Amino acid sequence: MEKGNEPLLEVSHLQTGFRIKDDYYNAVDDVSFSLEKNEILAIVGESGCGKSTLATTIMGLHDENKTKVAGEILYNGLNLTTFNETLYNKVRGNDIGMIFQDPLSALNPLMRIDEQIKESLSYHTNMNAQQKQERAIQLLTQVGIPNPERVARQYPHELSGGMRQRVIIAIAIACKPPILIADEPTTALDVTIQAQILDLLKDLQAETGSGIILITHDLGVVAEMADRVAVMYAGQFVEVATDAELFENPKHPYTRSLLQSIPQENSDSTALHVIEGVVPSLSKLPRQGCRFAPRIPWIPIDEHEENPSLHEIAPEHYVRCTCYQHFHFRDGKEEA
Amino acid sequence: MTKIIQIKDLKVHYPIRSGFFNRVTDHVLAVDGVDFTIEQGKTYGLVGESGSGKSTTGKAIIGLEKITSGQIIYQGKDVTKASSRKAIKYNKDVQMIFQDSMSSLNPKKRVLDIIAEPIRNFERLSDQEEKQKVKGLLDIVGMPEDALYKYPHEFSGGQRQRLGVARAVATNPKLIIADEPVSALDLSVQAQVLNFMKNIQQEYGLSYLFISHDLGVVKHMCDNIAVMYKGRFVEIGTRNDIYNDPRHIYTKRLLSAIPKIDVANREGHKAHRRIVEQEYREHYHKFYDETGRVYDLRTITETHQVALKKGDAE
Repeated sequence: MEKGNEPLLEVSHLQTGFRIKDDYYNAVDDVSFSLEKNEILAIVGESGCGKSTLATTIMGLHDENKTKVAGEILYNGLNLTTFNETLYNKVRGNDIGMIFQDPLSALNPLMRIDEQIKESLSYHTNMNAQQKQERAIQLLTQVGIPNPERVARQYPHELSGGMRQRVIIAIAIACKPPILIADEPTTALDVTIQAQILDLLKDLQAETGSGIILITHDLGVVAEMADRVAVMYAGQFVEVATDAELFENPKHPYTRSLLQSIPQENSDSTALHVIEGVVPSLSKLPRQGCRFAPRIPWIPIDEHEENPSLHEIAPEHYVRCTCYQHFHFRDGKEEA
Repeated sequence: MTKIIQIKDLKVHYPIRSGFFNRVTDHVLAVDGVDFTIEQGKTYGLVGESGSGKSTTGKAIIGLEKITSGQIIYQGKDVTKASSRKAIKYNKDVQMIFQDSMSSLNPKKRVLDIIAEPIRNFERLSDQEEKQKVKGLLDIVGMPEDALYKYPHEFSGGQRQRLGVARAVATNPKLIIADEPVSALDLSVQAQVLNFMKNIQQEYGLSYLFISHDLGVVKHMCDNIAVMYKGRFVEIGTRNDIYNDPRHIYTKRLLSAIPKIDVANREGHKAHRRIVEQEYREHYHKFYDETGRVYDLRTITETHQVALKKGDAE
């Protein structure tokens, strides 16, 4: 697929801190990336590593009184972090669309489907009632809902999980936003429905040329969908690479450990790889040094950097901290 | 191999009530005629999409769902009726691990009481002995001793799921029904719990009925696999039969939908998936009867059975 080279979105040194007892703890820490037209950037990581916080920060969904956002989110030359609520309302839905994880709680149970789609149309466009209705039906057709006229008059509880997720996608693309953020769009769905929804996202992208940020914990989905991948751990990107490069040539210890713990790949061996320890909670994050170090204690501490930064080790392949150069699994076994 | 449990033509139907007098007008056929056998020390996998009746099957076996018809034969004895279970310690020998660890552990009880509860039901132990036993169980699942006096909310999801495993093995059961034990967990934690389950199995010769929608996990854990659709089995076989030689179109479709980590062949997978999807739509009627019901199973090889129309068994 041809890539447009102009970045749609440029995020640099983004920090999102949550206030806990008069102190701020960074759930997202020093994240920088750019998103191009026609590109799918996948962000992977385990729960609690800050994936969704990153998404909600870009959408400006945090309460100013309890969070502190620093850094820049550049869109069309404007820094979104400086926007107030009124300005942000013009961006949400119109310029950046978001697809939420849980389709039932993201839809209003008391509103009919077409009303929910038309809501953002009324906000961002000057369409009259009839145009809006036509657009709503057209969107439902576009996301592959059979019998859209009937579904438009139904309520969310009357639809299946896959259908609801299609409606969420229809709402997200209603105003043709150039940027889509999909936060675990298929986690709640069965594999066959998941395949359909992922195909749908790809088809929509081919039509509109939008840039998609795909947040997921499923490495299989990443391998099938992404152009570039960012692996996130404890609020930071630890490895950024193209899809092919990441799976063929993973460098960071966390990426390599994750790939080893997928059951499908090791179906014949008896034991799966287990990463020692747990993802540190926000208040216990080490403020200095490599954040993955406590989980690979057999690697000597002087192999880590004091203030780990992203190193470009190959074209478009970035790895945080130098510990990857010395990393080996505890029992010395090599990857399959 | 000794058969530990045999399920014969199990049916669970839920009545649909409607109309003025709230009379039974129809039935939901949640489980509609399921036969299988679990051997000792083996893991039996049950896969299918949500709503296919996997969990209902598991719950019916352990006695959490009322059975409409069919038989459960445990070690040669009929235990379909709840009253026949006590004499042969069925309720002690068959235990369950639940999907959602938060809602299956009582938030008001300490870990000691949670894990000791099944022991108290079946054995008479002094406080000291009981504590020793629970400590031993915590040790098996790799939890520290000081967990004894903590409450469920103080643990992470993976730790809670391990507590669920410890509770399930407390009575030295012979069969554990694991209903989506890892689907709420992260990859690395999932690996931990699966490893524990495998270790415990090797140590105690347990059998598992492993219910999951994740085909990767099932492939890793199970010896025999049954694929379920609309309350019926569409295909049963060994792991090799199902993954390398799927015969039913539904199994093929399910397998082709799994995302694969093979970036170089990405387009190839997608094309393959589309072909299978198309085939599924075109040949749907050949694999199901007029009412959409799955046909009865026919034997292909000794281990492999597929639900095909009469005369279609190649």
